[in-house]
Amino acid sequence: MRLFNNRNGSENGHRMNGYRKPARYSALDLIRHGISGSDWPRAWHAHDLRPSYDVVIVGGGVHGLATAYYLAREHGITNVAVLDKGYIGSGGSGRNTAIIRSNYLTPEGVRFYDRSVKLYETLSADLNFNAMFAQRGHLTLAHNDSSLRTMHWRAEVNKLEGIDSEVIGPDEIKRLVPYMDTSESVRYPILGALYHPPGGIIRHDAVVWGYARGVDACGAHIHQNTEVTGIDVAGGRVRGVRTSRGDIATPIVVNCTAGWSTLISDMAGVKMPISTFPLQAAVTEPVRPFLDPVIVSGTLHVYVSQTDRGELVFGASVDPFTSYSMRGSLDFTEGLAGHVLELMPSLAKMRVLRQWAGLCDMTPDFSPIMGTTPVAGFLIDVGWGTYGFKAGPVSGETMAELIATGKTPELIAPFGLDRFEKGDLMGEKGAAAVGH
Amino acid sequence: MILLPCPYCGSRNASEFRYVGELSERPDPNATGAKEWRAFMYVRVNPADWTAETWFHRAGCRQHFVVERHTVTNEVQTSRLPAAQLRDREDERATGGNVASDSGGATY
Repeated sequence: MRLFNNRNGSENGHRMNGYRKPARYSALDLIRHGISGSDWPRAWHAHDLRPSYDVVIVGGGVHGLATAYYLAREHGITNVAVLDKGYIGSGGSGRNTAIIRSNYLTPEGVRFYDRSVKLYETLSADLNFNAMFAQRGHLTLAHNDSSLRTMHWRAEVNKLEGIDSEVIGPDEIKRLVPYMDTSESVRYPILGALYHPPGGIIRHDAVVWGYARGVDACGAHIHQNTEVTGIDVAGGRVRGVRTSRGDIATPIVVNCTAGWSTLISDMAGVKMPISTFPLQAAVTEPVRPFLDPVIVSGTLHVYVSQTDRGELVFGASVDPFTSYSMRGSLDFTEGLAGHVLELMPSLAKMRVLRQWAGLCDMTPDFSPIMGTTPVAGFLIDVGWGTYGFKAGPVSGETMAELIATGKTPELIAPFGLDRFEKGDLMGEKGAAAVGH
Repeated sequence: MILLPCPYCGSRNASEFRYVGELSERPDPNATGAKEWRAFMYVRVNPADWTAETWFHRAGCRQHFVVERHTVTNEVQTSRLPAAQLRDREDERATGGNVASDSGGATY
């Protein structure tokens, strides 16, 4: 499937047709606008729906927007529409706990997520939009021997791939997190942890907005509040999409809708091994900074970090049954509070401000599903479960390469849809919300 | 949490149960190829609609039963015993109590 001849890529030097860098934000601009009181230019614009586009991306979260961005910047493909049934970033991209890391279990997973970490490291500069990536370190606690064994396993796999990751003991954990209870007089004493210094947290909304601004600047269209209601397939290939604002003719449709992905794939007649489970999260009142690294405990099913604003953000496991509801439940907060207080008892008086949920498209092996499908022109970037946000940049980069060149990049080759019928599952137990 | 109507114990909080999965027809393991078997194991419908699914009463009567639930609103409609159990009961009544129940073709 080769629809573009890739003569506009970055290898041809600086002539990338159609890509214009967005008007730069700068300190001088800040002063100018501050003094004159003038409005800032809009970061992205609304457009009428064109009758046809070269590529239609369904889903305006970090994956969809990053794909459109790299299509324009790396491959000069700008006749692209990104559709979202709500506002951009209203799905998983706006509901995650914003943790970035690459200390996964499988070598394929590690390589993939590390490419994302590298992209995140320069993202604010590349997008000229402050994504507030704070690489404060990431700790995955081990509370029993089998957990500790898995941490050692992950550390060795990480080191082989050149990633900073090592197992540390309770004393060093205590030095990194003074408020942590590393004593033995708890129900699940901490035996050690996997310490990953390049991990950290980011402002997830800013990543969406930064990519959206970049996408808009190069002439691609972002259509919010535009719901896809059908996909036209004829002769085994995609012909167009039907939306709530009109029909679009297109040879390529990319499914970047995560929790809703089976609903979109159904429209194209593609079956997938995905179940949608809600993943809840909660945030506390802001307090003074006391927690530097991100703390994850597989045994206690909890992860916690402190944002730059001082709020604690908590997450735990996916809800135990499928649902498309994005509401929180009381038993989640109760269970979570119990586990967090076992880790850091001094937080007992902190107040929870709000809770919510996002939808996780869970696959049987906790690895994503990326690439082509039996329907020509219908591409998928789904199966993101509880680990989608951290993979945004690398997914956009690789899906853009697939769309532009017609060849599946090596980085995502292990994640094809056909691995399920072949039995080549990519069991990634280093994924979040997966107890191990 | 939502309430589920266990046919034996009545309406209980969902935390007492274990969600088993969507109902799907299991193909005969002796007459299926690997591809078809893997499709049965992995492919899901995952609707945003009414769906029939199996739950297990983990903290109660420890029986499986089937529920009709709307996955968006979490409304629960009916519950019934799994088809295999209903078949076994029929067989038991018909043969006077001696049935080699193999749960073949169980729908889970």
